[in-house]
Amino acid sequence: MNMIAQLPVLPVIVPLVLAPITLLLPKGRAPHLYATFVSWATFAACIFLLREVAEAGVLSYHLGDWAPPLGIEYRVDLANALVLVLVSGIAAVVFPFAYRSVQLEIDKHQSPFFYGALLICMTGLLGVTITGDAFNVFVFLEISSLSTYALIAMGARRDRRALTASFNYLVMGTIGATFFVIGIGLLYQATGTLNMADLHDRLAGQNSRVIDAGFAFILVGIGLKLAMFPMHLWLPNAYTYAPSAVSAFLAATATKVAVYVLIRFLFTVFGFDFAFLGAAFTWVLLPLGLAGMFVASLVAVFQEDVKRMLAYSSVGQIGYMLLGLSFATVEGVSASLVHVVNHALMKGALFMAVACVVLRAGSHSIHAFAGLSKRMPYTTWAFLISGLSLIGVPLTVGFVSKWYLLTAAFAAGHWYAGFLIVASSLIALLYIGRVAEVMLLREPATEGKYVIAKQDAPLSMLIPMWILVAANIYFGVNTDLTGDLARRAAEALMLTAGAG
Amino acid sequence: MDGWVEFALGRYNYWIVIVLMMTGLYIVFARGNLVKKVVGLNIFQTSVFIFYITIGKITGGTAPIYWKKDVYYGGDHGDGHGDGHSSEDAHDANATHEVADHGEASTSLHDKIDNDLATNDLKAALENVEADHANETTTLHEAPEGAEKIANDALAASGDKIESSFKVDKDALEAMKDTHAEAGADAAAHGAAYAESGLQYVYSNPLPHVLILTAIVVGVATTAVGLALAVRIREAYGTIEEDELVAMDNVAEFGGEAEAAAS
Repeated sequence: MNMIAQLPVLPVIVPLVLAPITLLLPKGRAPHLYATFVSWATFAACIFLLREVAEAGVLSYHLGDWAPPLGIEYRVDLANALVLVLVSGIAAVVFPFAYRSVQLEIDKHQSPFFYGALLICMTGLLGVTITGDAFNVFVFLEISSLSTYALIAMGARRDRRALTASFNYLVMGTIGATFFVIGIGLLYQATGTLNMADLHDRLAGQNSRVIDAGFAFILVGIGLKLAMFPMHLWLPNAYTYAPSAVSAFLAATATKVAVYVLIRFLFTVFGFDFAFLGAAFTWVLLPLGLAGMFVASLVAVFQEDVKRMLAYSSVGQIGYMLLGLSFATVEGVSASLVHVVNHALMKGALFMAVACVVLRAGSHSIHAFAGLSKRMPYTTWAFLISGLSLIGVPLTVGFVSKWYLLTAAFAAGHWYAGFLIVASSLIALLYIGRVAEVMLLREPATEGKYVIAKQDAPLSMLIPMWILVAANIYFGVNTDLTGDLARRAAEALMLTAGAG
Repeated sequence: MDGWVEFALGRYNYWIVIVLMMTGLYIVFARGNLVKKVVGLNIFQTSVFIFYITIGKITGGTAPIYWKKDVYYGGDHGDGHGDGHSSEDAHDANATHEVADHGEASTSLHDKIDNDLATNDLKAALENVEADHANETTTLHEAPEGAEKIANDALAASGDKIESSFKVDKDALEAMKDTHAEAGADAAAHGAAYAESGLQYVYSNPLPHVLILTAIVVGVATTAVGLALAVRIREAYGTIEEDELVAMDNVAEFGGEAEAAAS
């Protein structure tokens, strides 16, 4: 048994097999420690995988030793290795972070279920990312979605609206997944295969209405999952009322994985041979990306609830990723991938800061943030730095993303998109600035329900949060790793898509 | 006009799929009751199950037989797919099947003939041959391996072998050989030949069935979670009507704002 040969399957099999054991553990600390350990083991496997792929090129793993066009294949190239490391990395940070937050927000007797569901959710996201089989994507997508519905509903102990938010997400998510399955079915009807690489070969040269319809169904299905602008209505409530740790994990990973799936289908499965693709870029992704950037960001400015504000901001940020994709150039796709990673880092840190505030102040309303710099300085600065990153201030990852996007926009000849990117960044300045003003300049509440003691969040939360904040700065200064990998990944994607 | 009617009627499963799909989606959007929404989702998903099962039915297709790992017989793709999209593929697979059958298990050939041709003479002849030339089967068994490269060659070879050694009903064999000879030629003509020779049958491709079994499991899980959420919502709100839930949530939100303004 060669471990390296088995490496590609580990990120999925390890958490999938180990997650149910969480339910057998005694309630309280044990499930948390165990889940943290599992997430670290998975993270380690993903890191090895990324190193292996960066050196040796594409890895292909045949489940059950069935050769690819017939059997299920796990195919790891740079693009999904990067997303794998991102998802498992965020999980490795969120799991240790979650303990105190979960202790406060969730019944003790539910803790094994909570950590079990979070592990399964992570498994699903990793599975979606790693698989090279179109139907397998659906299965893993539903594994992660079903556990996500349960996780969001667990926020009901603090606010019963978590239940309705979860139900709405379930309805929208299921419609999205079913659309996706219809699309896969149509592609299967036209080609007789489910393997993505094989699909690409067999779709080449085919041009029928069946494939067009399949493409449309897949685009709408994934669009619902990734909260593409007019289909984002499930997201704000779901992220607002979910337990804080869940919001941090989901905001950093779930939509990012959906963006990856979109990239995979657009470039690897369909490719530029597919006549519809150009139209989809010009008439769907580009305008919807731009609309999301503005409308969702503007809505974010007027939110009283900081979590909801960040959720709307997420919809806006997804607009940037779609915009990068829609240029259909190496620069555009690599900008999109870089922003997938960078946005996960900043949104993860921001939602973690909110979780710290919820722990001490018991609320995520903006009123709870009044004078926070005098009460919880470390949390305040973590929020501010990652907030600046979200706006795109130099020396942070946000700046790197925006820079890549701008160069891609100008290189692709969409100069107006370049101006719009800058303009929408100013909106981010508005909503982050609003919270910053409240935190830095207002006096802390002395009476009412938002009074908080001068005590920062516990170290178990501060350390993971500051690791993400440090990553925000580190990858903002040193762009070799993310920028270079994303570029190589984008080049490989464009090559399979048949550009140039 | 007739062509259109035939087109519409011939695809009646697809009409069912579309009607179910739209009914389901309409219920999800138009109904305020959460349980009804879940039922609507179920109907919507059921339409997809029917769709998958429909595309799994192939006229004239057969199971792909793989001799060795990574070696396909009779063309690149064994499993025929699509409804008439790939009848050529399907018939290639069929040819493969024939070869394999002649070689490996004469019982299966025997069954097929029993079912499709209903040629009692041939059946009887085969039975005799089976009894008389038991050792012939072993040579036949090896035949396809010798002619592994090109399915049609192998087919012709085994066809000839049968002809020479089995001395069965010439007409039936001619019909079969004719059909096989056309394999790879015009697919439509081929299908017609099948229809005329009475070999027309519908094959169920197992893969869509397996896929849809998985999707059914996912659908059951989704329904379970959805209904569980509806139960919890009723516990927390005392209702499962969406209008009332939205109204209560709005009150909660306005209440929150009023409090904030007061503080």
